[in-house]
Amino acid sequence: MKRKNKKKHIMVIKPPGKGWEGIDLNELWRFRELIWVFIVRDIKVRYKQTLIGIVWAFIRPITTVVIFNFIFGRLAQIPSEGIPYPLFSLIGVSLWTYFTNSLNNTGNSLIGGAGLINKVYFPRLILPISSAATPLLDLGISLVIMAGFMIYYKITPQLTGIILMPLLTFIVFLSASGLGFIVASLNIKYRDLRHALSFFIQLMMYATPVIYPSELLRGRFYWVMNLNPMAGVIEAARAGLLGNKPISWGLLFSACVVSVLVFLIGAFRFKKTERYFADII
Amino acid sequence: MAKTIIKVRGIGKKFEIKGGTDVSYYFRDTFDEIIKHPLRFVKNKIKRGKKQDFWALKDVNFSVRQGEILGIIGENGSGKSTLLKILSRITPPTEGAIKIAGRVASLLEVGTGFNPELTGRENVFVNGAILGMKKSEIKEKFDEIVDFSGEKIKTFIDTPVKRYSSGMHVRLAFAVAVNLNPDILLLDEVLAVGDINFRKKSLKKMEEVSLKSGRTVLFVSHDLGAVVRLCNKCILLEKGRVIASGSPKDVVEKYTPTQTKSSIEGIIFKQKKDLSKKVNLRKIFINPQKSNRSSIFSYDKDLVIRLIYEINEPIKDCHVWIEIQNTGGEAIFLTVDTDLRPELKRERKKGMYKTDLKIPKNWLNSGEYGLTAGIERVYFHRKETFDRIDTGGFRIIDSKDAPGGLIKGTPRLGVLKPLLNWETKKIK
Repeated sequence: MKRKNKKKHIMVIKPPGKGWEGIDLNELWRFRELIWVFIVRDIKVRYKQTLIGIVWAFIRPITTVVIFNFIFGRLAQIPSEGIPYPLFSLIGVSLWTYFTNSLNNTGNSLIGGAGLINKVYFPRLILPISSAATPLLDLGISLVIMAGFMIYYKITPQLTGIILMPLLTFIVFLSASGLGFIVASLNIKYRDLRHALSFFIQLMMYATPVIYPSELLRGRFYWVMNLNPMAGVIEAARAGLLGNKPISWGLLFSACVVSVLVFLIGAFRFKKTERYFADII
Repeated sequence: MAKTIIKVRGIGKKFEIKGGTDVSYYFRDTFDEIIKHPLRFVKNKIKRGKKQDFWALKDVNFSVRQGEILGIIGENGSGKSTLLKILSRITPPTEGAIKIAGRVASLLEVGTGFNPELTGRENVFVNGAILGMKKSEIKEKFDEIVDFSGEKIKTFIDTPVKRYSSGMHVRLAFAVAVNLNPDILLLDEVLAVGDINFRKKSLKKMEEVSLKSGRTVLFVSHDLGAVVRLCNKCILLEKGRVIASGSPKDVVEKYTPTQTKSSIEGIIFKQKKDLSKKVNLRKIFINPQKSNRSSIFSYDKDLVIRLIYEINEPIKDCHVWIEIQNTGGEAIFLTVDTDLRPELKRERKKGMYKTDLKIPKNWLNSGEYGLTAGIERVYFHRKETFDRIDTGGFRIIDSKDAPGGLIKGTPRLGVLKPLLNWETKKIK
């Protein structure tokens, strides 16, 4: 009997307690394959029954940059610190798009997965986590395009930037999913949030140096940038990859701190409401 | 004795029902309400303050041993599904505790987590992973799963499941769940969907699963026949409480769905509807002579179904039909009043009519049946239905000396249980 050898899971089902609940990392680890399965599923589904499939992932960032280049680079003459504007904005746009896609996906992940939540148990955190990770594919593609731009403009990326990239991506992941956890757990009760979210994202973009350098904001309220992890990330990515100015380590450090905080608050908040999802969804 | 694998102690689940008629999730609705009906809004707000408690489950206790198949029966709304949801950790209990030793897979709905865009193959992996299986485990079992779900699925395994029929959906989903070796399998009425052959196969598989590999199955069903046949233990829920538990046969005896109870009191249908149609089916009775009406009839007594109908203008070529269905809603037979009396096809004059149909005794097996009756005519190759009624159905129970299954204490298989004449002679 093969089954005998397996160690038995003993599980106790009890009413949820009043306080904060810990996150069962063991369980999350046991279900790690599910995260991957969800990511692959979402990517596959996205390009099913399309003619050109994954090519769409290339078209979006390129058109965005072309339009931004025309409006902000040419018409508005936004300074780009000596970097060709398309490349300048592409770095911002790639990371920013990853952030917004992640946040959007995560925020709507529970509603999208309502059918599952009502019918089967798995650690609920897996839904938003995998939703936050899925747009990494698009980020990867943007990086490929970025490499193309660099070759075109004959710019060699700095080593520091390349080494920093995984960390930067991780910071974005943490802050997007952390915010997303909160949105997701509120979203199932108050669907208003879905509308508010897209509005919020749009506003945030103008407060983040995506299409302009942060230098433009120098002044009394510059410190607010510290609260916006995306500012630190995008600035560090540009300075790190292109080496046109020193990396602002202070800004990057506060981005780290803020994103970790946001992630933890989000995860615990999520955890606290998670058991009732099936009742209110 | 096998060890206890699920122990349910004092489980209760409370829902709060808000007073007031509407529950608004949108600020916009609330705003609307304030502007349009300020008084009503305030009244509702006050009412809502007094939330009503509704216990979907209260003080539920039972335990299940390894390898047992536990049937859970009860009317709609009795808390069966809530119980399964708590057991599968989808929703938390309000009080009590459950201890479970082993890995649980639940199939509360067919094709949970099936993504219509993905192929059958892809969905098997996704679904398996959702049920908590490792990719390597799924790979190992993949052929078994596909074999079990049948020839048709084998051919379409790389087709998106949105192109599958609902039957194929069920097959594949069930195949994944039972073949992935959970220690405990929770099933909610899933088998009501597939066709007869597949249902048979699934029931057999469930039996096999529990007997051979010692796995435990909890099985919510309205199919009392299947519960008796399959389960070795059964609990009956009513209004969230366990009102009977023990051997399936005894528990099923105690179960009389109230839905059926009411429908046989010689209900006069049509009271609300207009009676101005050409033909109106007014009443359906079963065994109209009897004074105490019930929906439960003995196997060894004739069953008389009486229809009272009213014809408002003379009609030619019309007939009255009665159909008896099994619990799956499939017709067992349909009978027409003109079958043996073709002269009825001639004109039926205006007036009130009474039609009796006798279903012979010693014929229908014990179990639940659906009953539908109607009046229609075929007119230039087109069917025109004047009126029809779906009743709540009835139940046949075994009389004392009705034949049982081949093993004592088990029921005889089959929809029908006719007592037939056999002739046996020793010829050598």
